[in-house]
Amino acid sequence: MSRPQLTALQIMVAVVGIALWYALTTYPVFRKILLPPFFFSNPVDVADQIVVWFATGVIWKHLWVTLAESTLAFVLGSFGGVLVGFWFARQPRTAAVFDPYVKMANALPRVVLAPIFTLWLGLGIWSKVALGVTLVFFIVFFNVYQGVKEVSPTVLANARMLGMSERQLMRHVYWPSALSWMFSSLHTSVGFAVVGAVVGEYLGSAAGLGYLIQQAEGVFDVAGVFAGMFVLATFVIVIDFVVTLIEKRLLVWRPRVGDARP
Amino acid sequence: MADSAIAKPTPASAVALSDVSIAFRLAGGGTYTAVERTELTVADGEFVAIVGPTGCGKSTLLNIAAGLIAPSSGRVDIFGSTLGALNRQAGYLFQADALFPWKTALENVAIGLETAGTPSGDARAQAQSWLTRVGLGSFGDRYPHMLSGGQRKRVGLAQVLIRDPKILLMDEPFGPLDAQTRQIMGNLLLDLWSADRKAVLFVTHDLEEAIALSDRVVIMSAGPAAHIIGDWKVPLARPRDIGEIKLDHAFHELHRDIWHTLKAEVTKGYVQTEGG
Repeated sequence: MSRPQLTALQIMVAVVGIALWYALTTYPVFRKILLPPFFFSNPVDVADQIVVWFATGVIWKHLWVTLAESTLAFVLGSFGGVLVGFWFARQPRTAAVFDPYVKMANALPRVVLAPIFTLWLGLGIWSKVALGVTLVFFIVFFNVYQGVKEVSPTVLANARMLGMSERQLMRHVYWPSALSWMFSSLHTSVGFAVVGAVVGEYLGSAAGLGYLIQQAEGVFDVAGVFAGMFVLATFVIVIDFVVTLIEKRLLVWRPRVGDARP
Repeated sequence: MADSAIAKPTPASAVALSDVSIAFRLAGGGTYTAVERTELTVADGEFVAIVGPTGCGKSTLLNIAAGLIAPSSGRVDIFGSTLGALNRQAGYLFQADALFPWKTALENVAIGLETAGTPSGDARAQAQSWLTRVGLGSFGDRYPHMLSGGQRKRVGLAQVLIRDPKILLMDEPFGPLDAQTRQIMGNLLLDLWSADRKAVLFVTHDLEEAIALSDRVVIMSAGPAAHIIGDWKVPLARPRDIGEIKLDHAFHELHRDIWHTLKAEVTKGYVQTEGG
């Protein structure tokens, strides 16, 4: 399938979906409206709501808050994950001691921590950042841990034979290997940073996309809920696109699937 | 092999393994003796090939000479001094891919000098000239995954040789390559080696390759408790062309002679591998 053809089909899916949504919420089928607008709103109202948000500029503040929370959660969570991942991988005994607690903490559904964080850190952005960090940390931690442990023994032996000291091994072998694992989970960890931020906002906050959706829901403003969802989805797609760009730059050395050798 | 030849390693020996045994502890609790009481010397400037059936512990022997593993008993001397840690005088070309996948070909070659403290610019200039010597002058910015198997081996060769090691340890380096590429790589190796004649310990399962390349061919028995069962000098003149030398009459004589000994061990090796 050629590129324009694919794009055309992709747009068609959206057009058909929205058309169906509009038709079923506006025109009766057998004298009955299948999707009552009270529960399903309709595309025109949702679009109106989005336009109003952008025209008045209220949305920017919320977008900014969510972006700030996600970014902070990602950066702090990754930093902690890299640090602890390296530490555990190089100190198997420490890893063994902490193993059950790491598993326990990771098994815990992080949403239940949200009230605690709100209690500790208030309704501002930090309680959301904390929730995001608990999600991002474990993904990065497990990947870095794996990356350091799964360095090919041959590459390691080669590095030793080439005269690398412990510090040089760290810099030239363990670090790049760990980073490559971390970057391979970049999409997931960035996604979870956003999830942490939005869920945190939804459960109690004064700003952000999660707050916007929660407010709309509170007054049965279904158009507002849908509009919030669309903005959020677009926001995530844009972030994901940026991550893809970064990934392409950082992992040039990695073969891509279906890459032909020149 | 006569016992008197084993007695003491002469100071001239680049590598001398005396009475070396290696046993691994098995998960079940017993021990597996991979190599038993082996004597092997490589003189300075000598090209020695070790040939043996699969799983006979040839690579283990090489790892001992490299100092990557310590023998369970026995001694390893490198140029007359006992090896206690990693063998700093040796370069090691591995069978599996050992290049750093996150470094370009040029960076891969330069790293051996950079670890020794050579300034980056200097190391890169030398790396470039080594890449040219192995025929990859214009491939410096490629990452390993963009190179073919043969090209990766060339980079590996440059990576090892740039450090100018006194001893070259090679573990079936051309094993995964196709026949034509192997021949080209063999000639390249001989070409580079003849420039300064390092001591070489070359492990292979291919007898033809061993004879064509080396000064001496050592045959190992099938494992467990593998040991050396034969030692032949290769009386073929240098410089050699690997393709042409295989048509030589003396080559055939020697091949027939050695194969007679090797065949029994290969069969034994297979029976054991299949059985175990």
